[in-house]
Amino acid sequence: MFIKQLSVFLENRKGRLDEVLTILKNHDINIISASLADSSEFGLLRLLVNDTEKAKMVLKESGFMAKTNDIIAIVIPHKVGSLVEVLSLIDKADINIEYMYGLSTESDGAAIAIKTSDLDATVRALESIHPKYYTQEEMR
Amino acid sequence: MIWNETKECMSRDEIETLQSKRLVKVVDRVYHNVEYYRKKMQELGLEPGDIHGIEDLHRLPFTTYEDLNATYPFGLAAVPNSELVRLQASSGTTGKPKIAVYTRRDIDIWSECAARCMTMAGITRDDIIQVGYGYGLFTGGLGAHYGAEYLGALVIPMSTGNTQKLVTMMVDCEATAIACTPSYLLHVAETLRDQGLLDKIKLRVALCGAEPWTDNMRNQVEEMLHIKAHDIYGLTEILGPGVATDCDHHTGLHIWEDHFLPEIIHPETGEQLGDGEGGELVITTLTKEGMPLLRYRTKDLTSLDKSRCECGRTMARIQRFKGRTDDMLIIRGVNVFPSQVEAALLTIDGTTPHYMMVVDRVNNEDTLEVQVEVEERFFSDEIRGLEELSRKIAKTLKLAIGLNAKIKLVEPNGLEHSEGKTKHVIDKRKLY
Repeated sequence: MFIKQLSVFLENRKGRLDEVLTILKNHDINIISASLADSSEFGLLRLLVNDTEKAKMVLKESGFMAKTNDIIAIVIPHKVGSLVEVLSLIDKADINIEYMYGLSTESDGAAIAIKTSDLDATVRALESIHPKYYTQEEMR
Repeated sequence: MIWNETKECMSRDEIETLQSKRLVKVVDRVYHNVEYYRKKMQELGLEPGDIHGIEDLHRLPFTTYEDLNATYPFGLAAVPNSELVRLQASSGTTGKPKIAVYTRRDIDIWSECAARCMTMAGITRDDIIQVGYGYGLFTGGLGAHYGAEYLGALVIPMSTGNTQKLVTMMVDCEATAIACTPSYLLHVAETLRDQGLLDKIKLRVALCGAEPWTDNMRNQVEEMLHIKAHDIYGLTEILGPGVATDCDHHTGLHIWEDHFLPEIIHPETGEQLGDGEGGELVITTLTKEGMPLLRYRTKDLTSLDKSRCECGRTMARIQRFKGRTDDMLIIRGVNVFPSQVEAALLTIDGTTPHYMMVVDRVNNEDTLEVQVEVEERFFSDEIRGLEELSRKIAKTLKLAIGLNAKIKLVEPNGLEHSEGKTKHVIDKRKLY
C-alpha cells in the first residue's frame, strides 16, 4: 500500500524546474502528480511518476539531487466530509502529517498523497474505515 | 583648519630628519625589548647601530600578519603588561585575531592623530559628533571616540545596531558630525529620507572609514545629506582610525608621517619603489610604545605623493587604493577572509568544503550571500532538515565572521570545483 515518491532538490535559480520537467519528458516519464515546496532559499519538488527508479536515475545523471521515499495515497471519494474523515483518524492516533497533496486517479477520480511521521501507524489507524489505497501498479 | 601646524606643515627635510631620529630609537627599542625582532634582525646580521636613518629602512625586516600570528597574543609587546592600558583586535585569516596593545602615551598619540584627522575634515570643539562605529575590540568606536573627545567635541557614543535611535538623536540633539563606515552613512541617509527627516538635521560633516568607498559614493552621500564627507584610514596593527585622512582638496589621504613612516614596495620582490609608483603600502610605527612594528605590510595597494598639498600640509598623501595583495574582503566594515568561512563550514556536518561568497552592495548596504553545497545524505523529502541546516550554517558563520550572511544551499557539484586555485569570491561592488 506504500508508493514511491521522488523528491528533487531545486536550487533557487531561474529555469531549474523547467530543466527537471524537460529531462523527464525526454525520457518518456509520465508525471502523475507534482507538488512544489519552497523556502526562500531553495525548492523541493515532490513527484509521483510512472517509473520512479528511472526518473531518479536520469535526473541524477544530469546532476540533480534526487531521492525516493515511501508515502501513502488514499483514494478520496468526491463527497462532503470524506477528507476530514481520514484526517481525523490520523489526528486521533496522534500522528503528525508532514505534508500532503492531491492527485487524480482514473478509477475513482481523486486521491490524497500523505506523508506522516509514521506510515505503518497511519495504515493501522485507518483500518476501521477500509480505505482504498492508490497503488504503485496503478501508477504505471 | 589644521590641528598641529608645527607638525603637519613642517618641511620635507624636517620630516625626514625627525623620522630618521625616531626610526633609530624605535629600532633600538624593539631590538632590546622584543625577542622576536632581535632574532629577526640577528638573522639578517643587523644591529641597532647599523640603522642611521630612513636611508637604512630597506635593510630592516618586514613584519607580516604571519609574524603577528606567530607571536600571538603578546609576543610583539615592547613594554611590560604594567605599562599597557588597552588591547584592540581585528580578525585575522586563520581564526587568531590581530591584536594591538597600547600604552597610555599610545592612546594619547592615537587620540591626537584622530583629532588631526577630524580637524582636517572640518570638525571642531563646537561640533556634536555621533560615533556610529562599533565599540569594542574593533578600533573604530573607541578610536573615533577618543579622537573627538581630545578635540573637545561633544561625543555621542551611538555604536552600531540601532539606526532608528541614531537618526532620532541626530535630529533631537542636532548632531553636526558623524563618524561611521561609508555604507552605514548611506543607510542612515536613506533612513532619514524615508522618514522625511532630511531637512530636520543639522549634520554638516562625516568622517568615514574602515572600508573602501568610491568617489561616486562620496558624491551621493554629500548630495543627499548636504554635508562634506571625508575618508579616514587606519588599521588595528598600526593604530586604528587616524593614520591618514583626506583634506578638502581630496587628492589623497595625508598620513601622519611624524608617527608613521610609509613606504611603497613591490609586493613580490619587496624592493622599495619611488614616489608615485604603485605597490604595497608598508608602515613603520615611529612612536608607538606598546607594540611598535617595523615595516608592517598592510597588503593595501596604492602609491604615495609627497608634494606639498594646497591645504598647506606637507605630509605624504596615500593615493586611491587599487586593491589588496591578499583575498581579504571588507564587508560592512568587517574584515573577512574566505578562509574563515571555509573553516567555519568545515565544522558543520552536512556541507561539502565547496562554497562561494557573493558580495554585493544593495541600496548602499553590503550584502553577503554564501552559497554552500549540500551533502546528498542531508537531502530528503522533507524541507525541514535543509532549513535547519541553512539556519545552522548562518549561525556558525555569524559566530566566525561576525556578519549575518544569506545562505543559499546548492546542489552537490553545483559550484565550480577545480584542481588549482578555486575562486571563492564574487565581489560585485567594484570598489577599486
